[in-house]
Amino acid sequence: MGPQHPSTHGVLRVVLKLDGERVIGSECVIGYLHRGVEKIAENRTYQQFAPYVDRMDYVAAVSNGLGYCEAIEKLLIVEAPPRARVIRTILTELQRIASHLLWLGTHALDIGALTPLFYCFREREEILKILEKYCGARLTTHAFRIGGLQYEAHDTFEKDVERFCKDFESRIVEYETLLTNNRIWIGRTKGVGILTAEDAIAFGVTGPVLRASGVKWDIRKAMPYAAYDQYKFEIPVGTTGDTYDRYLVRMEEMRQSRLICLQAIENIPPGPIMAKVGKVLKPPPGEVYHAIEAPKGELGYYVVSDGTVQPYRVRIRPPSFINLQAFDRMVRGHLVADVVAIIGTIDIVLGEVDR
Amino acid sequence: MQAAAQATLDFLKLYWAPLLCGVVIVAVLPLIVGYIVLVERKLMADMQARLGPMRVGPHGLLQPIADAVKLLIKEDIIPDDADKLVFWLAPVFSVGAALLAIAGLAFGPAFQIAQDLNIGLLFVVGISALGIFGIVLGGWASNSHYSLMGALRSSAQLVSYETAAGMALVCGLLFAGTLNIKSIVAAQVTQGVWFGFLAPVAFFTYLVASIAETNRAPFDLPEAESELVAGYMTEFSGFRWSLYFLAEYVNMIVVASVATTLFLGGWLRPFANVRWLNFLDLLPPLLMIGVAGYCVLRMPKQPTRVQQMFMLAVAGLCLVVALVLAAPVLLPFVKPSLKEAVAPFYAGIHGGFWFIFKVSAYIYFFMWLRFTIPRYRFDQLMRLGWHFLIPLSIINVLVVGVALIVGSYFNLQGWALLLATTPAAIVALVAALVILSLDQKNQAQQESARATDFYAG
Repeated sequence: MGPQHPSTHGVLRVVLKLDGERVIGSECVIGYLHRGVEKIAENRTYQQFAPYVDRMDYVAAVSNGLGYCEAIEKLLIVEAPPRARVIRTILTELQRIASHLLWLGTHALDIGALTPLFYCFREREEILKILEKYCGARLTTHAFRIGGLQYEAHDTFEKDVERFCKDFESRIVEYETLLTNNRIWIGRTKGVGILTAEDAIAFGVTGPVLRASGVKWDIRKAMPYAAYDQYKFEIPVGTTGDTYDRYLVRMEEMRQSRLICLQAIENIPPGPIMAKVGKVLKPPPGEVYHAIEAPKGELGYYVVSDGTVQPYRVRIRPPSFINLQAFDRMVRGHLVADVVAIIGTIDIVLGEVDR
Repeated sequence: MQAAAQATLDFLKLYWAPLLCGVVIVAVLPLIVGYIVLVERKLMADMQARLGPMRVGPHGLLQPIADAVKLLIKEDIIPDDADKLVFWLAPVFSVGAALLAIAGLAFGPAFQIAQDLNIGLLFVVGISALGIFGIVLGGWASNSHYSLMGALRSSAQLVSYETAAGMALVCGLLFAGTLNIKSIVAAQVTQGVWFGFLAPVAFFTYLVASIAETNRAPFDLPEAESELVAGYMTEFSGFRWSLYFLAEYVNMIVVASVATTLFLGGWLRPFANVRWLNFLDLLPPLLMIGVAGYCVLRMPKQPTRVQQMFMLAVAGLCLVVALVLAAPVLLPFVKPSLKEAVAPFYAGIHGGFWFIFKVSAYIYFFMWLRFTIPRYRFDQLMRLGWHFLIPLSIINVLVVGVALIVGSYFNLQGWALLLATTPAAIVALVAALVILSLDQKNQAQQESARATDFYAG
C-alpha cells in the first residue's frame, strides 16, 4: 500500500501481510521525504535554521517554531518577555486547532464521510487568515524569533481571534452532529486500533494518542512553557484507547484550545516583544533538551552547542515518527479498511516522520 | 395498395420505432447522466459550503460537456499485464446491461420501448443485475490487486443485497399481482393507494438494498477511494472509465425507476383518484412558473451580460414547459369538447413529469446520504445484509401475504388495507430487530473468543 495512495497522508508506504482481508503483519517504509534537516542545522547559524523547522510538521509550523525558539532561549539563558509569551501561546493554540481540524477532515474522509473535510477547511482557513495577517505567511510561518517575536500583533489581532473563538464553538457542534453519534462512524471507529496504556508508554507514544489510552500526560501541564501556567484548561483523556476515543480526545482538545485562546486575549500584557539578544547568537557550550506539546505529541529539541555560531548537533524528537511505531500493534487483526482508519487516527505528517 | 402501405407501416412500427427509441436513449442518456453528475456536484457543494463547478458556462452548466470531451480525447491506457480482450469487453458489458434495462421501463404511460412486456419488472431487475459481470471481469482483467479486491467486494455485495431487494419487490408484487409495468401502475390506480404506503417495510428494504446494488455511499466499498484507490476502476482511464461511470448512473436511474413504479405510484400524481384534489394538476405548471420567476429575479445579479441572457433563456424555457404542462389541464375548461382530445396528452405529459419528479427525489435521497454519512466496513456491510435485511425482507413477505389474505377476507380496499398491513409491518420489524440483537450478542461472544490470537501472526 502506498507510497502513492489516496489515504496514506503523504508518502507513507505500508507493506501489509494479509490473510484474506485481515491484516496479520505490517511494516511501514518511510524516508521518501527525508531531507536531512538535522544535518542542515549543523551548517546553519541558530537563526538561519529557524525557518527549516517549519518544514517538518508543515501543518503545525507555529508549534515547531515555538519549540525550537524556546530550546535556543534555554541554551542562551534568556527568557522571552511576557507579552511575547502570551502571543506565542495564542498562536500556538490556534495552530493546534488548525492541525486538529486538518486531521479531523482527512480522517473522516478516509472513513468515507465527505462533508466534514470542507467544514474543517472552512474554519482552518479562518485560522490561516489570522496567521497571515500576523506574519504574512499561511503555512510555513516562521512566526517567532529566538528571544521573542519579530512582529507586534496587528491592530485587529485580538478582535480576529475573539471572533474566531466565538464562531468556533457552534462549528464544533456541527462536526459532532455529523459524526459523534453516527452509528456507522461508531461502528468504524469503536474497538478499532486499540492501544493499551502500557503499550502506549512502552512505545513512547505521546500526545492525543497517549491521552486517549488513559494516560494523563500533557507537557503544557507537566512542564509548563510559554504562558500555559497562567491559564486554566482540562486535559481530556480516553478510556479504551481505540480510534473513537482518540477522536473524542482531539475534539475536546480543540474546545480546550479555544478556551485558552479566549483567556489569553483577555489580558495580553503590554511591554516589549523581544528579549535582549545579540545580532550574532553564540550560546555558551553545553546541551539542552526542550520539549513542547505539539498538536501531535511531544516535540523535543536536543541542542548541543560548542560555543560557535552554529549548533554542534540538533536532534529532533518528532511525535509523528514515534507514534507511528505503534501502528503495527494497532493494526494487527483488523481488516484492510481499518488500516486506513488507523493511519488517520495516529495523525502523522510525513514531513515530520522523515525530516 | 393500401394494404401494402399498412403492412409497411406496421413493419416500421414494430421494428424501426423501438430501434429509433433505442438510438435516442443511447444518445440522450449520457447527456442526462452528465447533468445528474453536475447536479450532484452542485448539491454536494451546497451542503459543503462551497460553490462547485462555476467556470464552464454560467454556473458551470456546460461542465458535463467539457468533462465528456476531456474523457473522450484522453489517452487510452491498457496495462501490459491486463487481459486485453476482457479488459475491452468489461465496460461495454456493464454499460450495455444498464442501457438494456432502461428499455423495459416505462417513463410514463406513453414512453416504453419494450411495449407491454409481460415479465417487465423481472426483465429490468434481471438485466440490470447482469451488469455486475462487467465489474467482476473488469476487476479481474486489469490484473491489479486493488481492482481484484474491488471486484470481489462488488460481487459479494450484489449477491447479498440482490436477495433482499428481490424479496422487497416480491412484497410489492403481491399487491400488484402482475409483472407488467403498466399493469403495476394500473393496479395502484384501482387500489387507490401507492404500494409504498401498504408495504413500507418492503419499500425501506428496497431503498437500502438499491443503494448497495448501485454501489453508492455508504455502501460504495467496491470503489472505496480511501481504501482501494478506485476499486475495480483503478486501471481504467478515459473513455472506458467513463463507460463504467455511465453504467453506475444509469443503474441509479433504473433502480429509482423500479422503486417509483412499484412503490411510489409510477407516473400517477399524488392521490390520483381523489376528484376534489384535481387542482394538484396545476402544481407542475405552477412549479415551472416559480422556477422561471426565480430565474428572472436572479437575472440582475449575474455578473456578465451573457449570463444574464442565459438566465432569461432558462426562464423562457421554463415558461414554455409550464405552458405545455398547463395546456391539457386548462383547455377543457375553455372548451369542454376538447376534453377527449387532450386526454392522451395529459396522461403523457403529466405522467412524464411526475415520474421524473419522483425519480429525481429518489436520486436526491441517494446523493444526500452520500454527503452525510461515512462508509461501512466490508464485514459490517455483509452483516447488515445477511443478518438484518434478508431476514427482514423474508419475514415481511410472509406477513404481508397473511395481511393480504386477512384483507381480502374482510374485503378491505384502498387505504383501508392499511388496517391489515400496518400490524404486518410492525411484526416484521420487531422480528428482524430481535434477530439482529440475538446476532449482536452472538457476535460479541465470537469477538471475545477471537481477540486472544490477534498477535499470533
